[in-house]
Amino acid sequence: MRGAQAWQLEVNPSGDPATLVIALGGRWRIDQHLPAADTLQATLAAPVRQIRFDAGKLSDWDSGLLTFVSGISKSCAARDIAVDNSGLPPGAQRLLAMAAAVPEQKLAARDPGPQGALAQVGSATLEFVHGAPQMLNFLGELVLSLLRLVSGRARFRARDLWLEIEEVGPRALPIVSVISFLVGLILAYLGADQLKLVGAQIFIADLVAIGMVREIGALMTGIIIAGRTGAAFAAQLGTMQVNEEIDAYQTLGISAFDFLVLPRVLALMLMVPLLTLYSAFIGMLAGLLVSLTIFDIGVFEYYTETLRALEFKQFAVGLSKGTVYGAIVAFAGCLRGMQCGRSAEAVGHAATSAVVTAILLITIAASIMTIVYYQLGI
Amino acid sequence: MNATPHIEVRDLAMAYGDFIVQRGLDFTVNQGDIFVVMGGNGCGKTTLMRALVGLQRPAAGAVLYSGEDFWNAGPEAQQRLKRRLGILFQGGALWSSLTLAENVALPLAEYTGLAPARVDEIVAFKLALVGLAGFEDFYPAELSGGMKKRAALARAMALDPDILVIDEPSSGLDPLTARRLDELIMELRDSLGTTIVVVTHELASILSIGNNSIYLDSESHTMIATGHPQDALKNGHPKVRQFLTRGGTA
Repeated sequence: MRGAQAWQLEVNPSGDPATLVIALGGRWRIDQHLPAADTLQATLAAPVRQIRFDAGKLSDWDSGLLTFVSGISKSCAARDIAVDNSGLPPGAQRLLAMAAAVPEQKLAARDPGPQGALAQVGSATLEFVHGAPQMLNFLGELVLSLLRLVSGRARFRARDLWLEIEEVGPRALPIVSVISFLVGLILAYLGADQLKLVGAQIFIADLVAIGMVREIGALMTGIIIAGRTGAAFAAQLGTMQVNEEIDAYQTLGISAFDFLVLPRVLALMLMVPLLTLYSAFIGMLAGLLVSLTIFDIGVFEYYTETLRALEFKQFAVGLSKGTVYGAIVAFAGCLRGMQCGRSAEAVGHAATSAVVTAILLITIAASIMTIVYYQLGI
Repeated sequence: MNATPHIEVRDLAMAYGDFIVQRGLDFTVNQGDIFVVMGGNGCGKTTLMRALVGLQRPAAGAVLYSGEDFWNAGPEAQQRLKRRLGILFQGGALWSSLTLAENVALPLAEYTGLAPARVDEIVAFKLALVGLAGFEDFYPAELSGGMKKRAALARAMALDPDILVIDEPSSGLDPLTARRLDELIMELRDSLGTTIVVVTHELASILSIGNNSIYLDSESHTMIATGHPQDALKNGHPKVRQFLTRGGTA
């Protein structure tokens, strides 16, 4: 290749001791391992008042040269040394002038730097303190929106509701089936092992039926929906936030809350109880399979025992829990989606945080409801 | 300079499934050209750009860089050719989880093996060149639309590419910033010999910076004019003249 010789740099004195001539030669391209601008720091000392460039032997250059020269210019500016660019190629002079045309925004530069452990604890606490009112605010908006719905003043498209219902209900059946079946299986084995000790294997039916209908069906469905639908809600609304779609609703005077959040909340509150029932049914089927094949209990025996165990109140408890969990998942998903910032990273954070919030709240709600129902004797 | 043209497009056709966006595109871009791709909305300008830079395989035809057929080259040759290209996407496409400095530094760190301190110097210079000195630590989400565009240009020219492909440089910029950007583009061509392919419908830019162009027609799905935009304005196809005069004269 022609002119493949590397860069050359010489610092020559001129006739005047106050003026330094920097001679540049050879190839000055960014892939040439060019010298750092501060290699000249030592020479830029008194009595030098001015520097000039001599680019007579320069064969080839790109922004590697420009970066070097602008680095030197900065050091010179700091020491009140005048820089004369006129010895550089005309194109380089013009580009350097362009780079200098808009002064650096001193106010703009900032560096929060890494925080100490104490500061991190502090900002996490503040974040939590600021987060709580936001959550309550959102809850309040949700209640107002539901009231508007009841009074028939909430505006959203029925089609959106149906699409959401289809997405969160029927499309969740496969995963709910698999998980409920396996959990039913585990429950049956666990119970059988203990009940065998007292020769009461038939009560596997009671255990599985009451366990699935009252608690596990709702809990499993809630957790599946949190991962599946809650994350999706947060990502959808978060992406809308990034695209300013939510602002677009606001400017049209359409409540983004009614339009986006309400159909999602409704869809989950309608579908999660149904999924809970379905989950309980699948769990009982798994219990039947285990009783039939491993513990020699007949189909009819298992069926009658199940019917005997299930009272209406078991269903009421399971359905009430399912509805609450559905509302929690919708709440957490929509809350985190609406709070989302304006970057791809923020959308990911919103989705993660929606799932974590939903599972945390579900667990808290499950504990409270279990204790309350026990105290009430339901 | 050698005799083989810098970029040569031969009988190129682009399609989405059965729908042919453009066909029969034949043109040459010489080194140091500012080549303008013109055409109305939806005529396939951006699709052509994607075929040029290796993002979307054309349905037929060839794109040659210095005589080397991009779409029939092996993965390594394609990688080498891509390294010669700098691309500015329509929306900027800055990586939102990286600061401006990190956005510009990534190609340098990936491809040059320069010391971090040198990379920082180059980043600072490139950002200064687009008028964003001091914004190194900002995230794209904290910038205005015009600033994002300029930051994206700084990233596109991070490696001093031979060829800069720019989709809609001045959309969303105020007239003065747009003109400064045009000046910068011309200066890059004049001083560094960068070849520039620009997709735009900004009339002021087309007529002031372009020295070669094609016009893509959305009805006949092919190009109906090539050459200097000023010539196209004076005695080009009536449709092109209409385009260049905002429908003023037919």
